Amino acid sequence: METILNWIQSHIDIIYIVILSVFLGIEVIGRVPSVLHTPLMSGANAIHGVVIIGAIIVMGKVEPGNYVALIIGFLAVVLGTLNVVGGFVVTDRMLEMFKKKK
Amino acid sequence: MELSLLTVCYLIGSLTFIIGLKMLSHPDSARKGNLVAAVGMAIAIFGTIFLYEEEGKKLGNYSWIFGGLILGTIVGVLAAKKVKMTAMPEMVSLFNGMGGACAALISVNEFGHISEMLNFSVENIPGWHTTIMPPSMAGTLITIFLGLIIGAVSFAGSMIAWGKLNGKIKDFAFPGQQIFNLVLLAATLITAGYLVFNLHAGNTYLFYVIAAAALIYGVLFVLPIGGADMPVVISLLNSFTGVAAACGGFLYDNQVMLTGGILVGAAGTLLTILMCKAMNRSLTNVLIGSFGGSASGAGAAKGPQGNYKEISLSDAAVCMCYANKVIIVPGYGLAVAQAQHVCHELEKLLEEKGVNVSYAIHPVAGRMPGHMNVLLAEADVSYDKLQEMEQANDEFKTTDVVLILGANDVVNPAAKTDPASPIYGMPILEVEQAKTVIVNKRSMKPGYAGIENELFFQPKTSMLFGDAKAALQKLVAEIKSL
Repeated sequence: METILNWIQSHIDIIYIVILSVFLGIEVIGRVPSVLHTPLMSGANAIHGVVIIGAIIVMGKVEPGNYVALIIGFLAVVLGTLNVVGGFVVTDRMLEMFKKKK
Repeated sequence: MELSLLTVCYLIGSLTFIIGLKMLSHPDSARKGNLVAAVGMAIAIFGTIFLYEEEGKKLGNYSWIFGGLILGTIVGVLAAKKVKMTAMPEMVSLFNGMGGACAALISVNEFGHISEMLNFSVENIPGWHTTIMPPSMAGTLITIFLGLIIGAVSFAGSMIAWGKLNGKIKDFAFPGQQIFNLVLLAATLITAGYLVFNLHAGNTYLFYVIAAAALIYGVLFVLPIGGADMPVVISLLNSFTGVAAACGGFLYDNQVMLTGGILVGAAGTLLTILMCKAMNRSLTNVLIGSFGGSASGAGAAKGPQGNYKEISLSDAAVCMCYANKVIIVPGYGLAVAQAQHVCHELEKLLEEKGVNVSYAIHPVAGRMPGHMNVLLAEADVSYDKLQEMEQANDEFKTTDVVLILGANDVVNPAAKTDPASPIYGMPILEVEQAKTVIVNKRSMKPGYAGIENELFFQPKTSMLFGDAKAALQKLVAEIKSL
């Protein structure tokens, strides 16, 4: 019990961020028209590519001689970049067409 | 100073994600919203590369980091630019899987550090081999395991969804699969939970067992779900990856990963529910997949096996030319045939002849919500020609001809009339209220839900077989010659 309380105490700011972000995430897209469901999903897909930052941190901390970790980290960076860049470009392509015919 | 500058970078990143998502939800600002989020992402990424410090040490391995970034950017841009509009859903699924894999690999590397530490202790401190990790590490271990499991499930599931959408992977289920899946998931979570408090140098291999189990679970989780439900699954996996990214945020105390991940996790979950609502089904119903197995078999067996009649191209052309009002109902068939441009041509041609033409868009027509809107927008179809379901259902009564292009389940009257049908209760486009219905399909094969459509056997319905693009081209030529 005490460890749980301690844990909550030491991570209270993170817990607040999580709770508020959950409601924000729901609120922010609450009234999206169905026309935009696909681009929105794609855009959200690009945003969770933020995981790339974790990959960069991991990569940057690996000791130069540790090739297994280097390769895994490198893969993580490549895949994360794919997610971010591909996600934003695809979303932009979809939305570009929406704009043209106005 | 530099570290606080990084904090500002992250703050900007988080803000742009929120603003970007908000703008993405409105047609006017959507494109800018995407750009705003992209700029914020770039700031967060480069801020991390140049400003991140841990215990006074900057990040190293710049060549590896930039090598990865450049390679990923080139491949990502090429793939995203090259992909056809019809293959968009697959692409999103693929990119989503990449994000999931990235999250899982981060966990693998972080765990590598921990097991090195344990091994080091075993070798250098006598009597350490039985020592387990201190409880203060539990939080870190939990996030590592969660990131691994969620990321791996999301990766494996997305790959299967991708394969299903492009037709490479067929539905597959074995008896008792649901139970097997649940047991596998429970076993994975219990093992992970056990390791959190009992990890020592002797059982670090279990980490890789968990990774393998999570991958298998991801595959088995998506395999039995019907192709028509893939959008829902992709949306769900999308929110999974968001949560996996947030785990990374916990791990590194990184606010931008946390907000970005949780935002997507929450928004993705809501989007998933919205999609299910559009089909009038619950999420559990989709996931347990009553569609795939016995139900559809029964539905197909007792479907009306009546006679259908075919219509010739010239008859169809005349029929549409002399109508006052024509409504086009596009479906997946239009997307696979890439027929959106010729469809627009048909629309313009009919309009010139004084026919009132519009499109009725079912929210889940195609393989993703909004799929049809994207496709038709690509062909420059005017925005106000697209009618949403409720609007279109009021219009059908006064419509002379409804032209259905490769849509099936979304116009199946069984959803309203047959309580035994697996799609019973799903809102549909009530095309049978129109005077004439022309259905363009490649064959009489049932649609994705695998059930017969009695609409095709009704007296007012006639079938125009063939690939949507080829059929429409001939139809256009036919109308021109009238």
